[in-house]
Amino acid sequence: MQFQSQAVSRFYFTAAIGLFVAQILFGLVMGLQYVIGDFLFPAIPFNVARMVHTNALIVWLLMGFMGAAYYLVPEESETELYSPKLAIALFWIFLVAAALTVLGYLFVPYASLAEWTGNDLLATMGREFLEQPLPTKLGIVIVAIGFLFNITMTVLKGRKTAISTVLLLGLWGLAVFFLFSFYNPDNIARDKYYWWFVVHLWVEGVWELILAAILAFVLIKVTGVDREVIDKWLYVIITMALVSGIIGTGHHFYWIGSAEYWQWWGSVFSAMEPIPFFAMTVFAFNMVNRRRREHPNRAATLWALGTGVMAFLGAGVWGFLHTLAPVNYYTHGSQVTAAHGHMAFYGAYVMVVITMISYAMPLIRGRAANSSKAQVLEMWSFWLMTVAMVFITLFLTAAGILQVWLQRVSATPLPFMATQDQIGLFYWLREGAGVVFLVGLVIYIASFFYNGGEEKTAA
Amino acid sequence: MSRSFTPSMARNIFYGGTVFFALLFLALTYQNEQVLPTRDNRANLTEKVAAGKKIWETRNCIGCHTLLGEGAYFAPELGNVYKRRGGDAGGTEFIKSWIQAQPGGTPGRRQMPQFNLSEKELDEIAAFLKYVSEINTSNWPPNIEG
Repeated sequence: MQFQSQAVSRFYFTAAIGLFVAQILFGLVMGLQYVIGDFLFPAIPFNVARMVHTNALIVWLLMGFMGAAYYLVPEESETELYSPKLAIALFWIFLVAAALTVLGYLFVPYASLAEWTGNDLLATMGREFLEQPLPTKLGIVIVAIGFLFNITMTVLKGRKTAISTVLLLGLWGLAVFFLFSFYNPDNIARDKYYWWFVVHLWVEGVWELILAAILAFVLIKVTGVDREVIDKWLYVIITMALVSGIIGTGHHFYWIGSAEYWQWWGSVFSAMEPIPFFAMTVFAFNMVNRRRREHPNRAATLWALGTGVMAFLGAGVWGFLHTLAPVNYYTHGSQVTAAHGHMAFYGAYVMVVITMISYAMPLIRGRAANSSKAQVLEMWSFWLMTVAMVFITLFLTAAGILQVWLQRVSATPLPFMATQDQIGLFYWLREGAGVVFLVGLVIYIASFFYNGGEEKTAA
Repeated sequence: MSRSFTPSMARNIFYGGTVFFALLFLALTYQNEQVLPTRDNRANLTEKVAAGKKIWETRNCIGCHTLLGEGAYFAPELGNVYKRRGGDAGGTEFIKSWIQAQPGGTPGRRQMPQFNLSEKELDEIAAFLKYVSEINTSNWPPNIEG
């Protein structure tokens, strides 16, 4: 660690991993409810578990991005963070807001939560992923503004690099597009259209800038490849991401009342969305093959390579699988969508945050890398979580194909619940893979506390 | 990548490409706003429907169901539930009595919570679901089962 203030990212990384655990536990609850329908009912109905599962994911990824920025920007800018105190204050605000929100989901009926938190003043709740009460949404905006101010001031007073510029663009875009969460017209067709300005333009737009910047930073550090080479790759990748991804938003507009021409625009452009992810994979392997140093942190290198591959598979391949309008006509809103969502989020965003944590945490703790035994544990967790996610995705894809066939293609279509009964086996298998994922996560956390035969290297 | 292709060229292509496609997206969005009135059933968007949408949101229905294919995949699609359950011949009554009868209570089966909606609120949520079922969705879902 070159600058003292980089240490603030430790708060963010720690909380991110804590929320990650909550996310997985609630995911397992939901997985069980898929096969034992009344499990924990009415204490934790499925919709409540799902809010915790998805909102915890979003918040911990945001925490991870912020932590990554607080670590990366001072080093890129070659200067201390503008205000470490602000970073720590915002951390606590964000954490308390997130905790209160989750407690609200769990212990207050959602309708009462809406009433108490001013949803009647400005109705924003009850839309997928944007379930947060108004004060939480406003809190996110305040935290984002303070965070962006802090990071931007740091960049402005120091060296400007391609990596920090791209990261800033991504983070500013993230904040700007979140503002669409406050727009909720009575017209559901229009509501759905602009809802995607948050959801799609985040995960298939500006988040890809953040992803590429973090990956480029870690690759420079672990491979020692020339910045000039990395910068070119970075710009080429994010160009392809936004050129395909912005109009690619159209693949969500096929069946929600919007214009029919989106079937063409959406299909053609989103068919190109795998290209930047493929380029990212080639980029990661290419840089590691051309490395000019043997960085002692092999675990971080593994996560970086894994991010490329899994983002390509999850976001690229599994996205392409159902993005063309004639295919999507049958798969829309089925378990195929769930399969894609799981591997895309894990492969792209979960893994890039863990890549950054894996690289930065040892340095924050005063060593270039963890002991080889701790790294072996971490690599075990990499393989367990990654392989488990591959199987979760495969089982959900199988469930989805069967669901589409039984419910939508067959000459004698079954009702929804009758179809669900037919595909229960795959839900059980998915739950099993989920348990393996949890084991991987526990091992991951254990790797932080394992320092048997620590070989300390000067940071 | 070749040496004649410099980082600043790559950067300029990025900014140029992004601005171009962002503007194209805005133009398409403008065009979409012109098309929406012919498809989104706004003539029937009454205050009752708007109130129904709010009930839909504040009971977090999307946390289990899909609506026009978006949402959670735990419970049936509701974009066409009005038509599936009888349409003008009984769709409203079915929706209201279904919501009132929850949870079903069959052991091991997925359960829907009881929301204790008033008669007025039941009418509103049913009106909302009727309204949604009449949006032009390019013939989605493929059949009545959703």
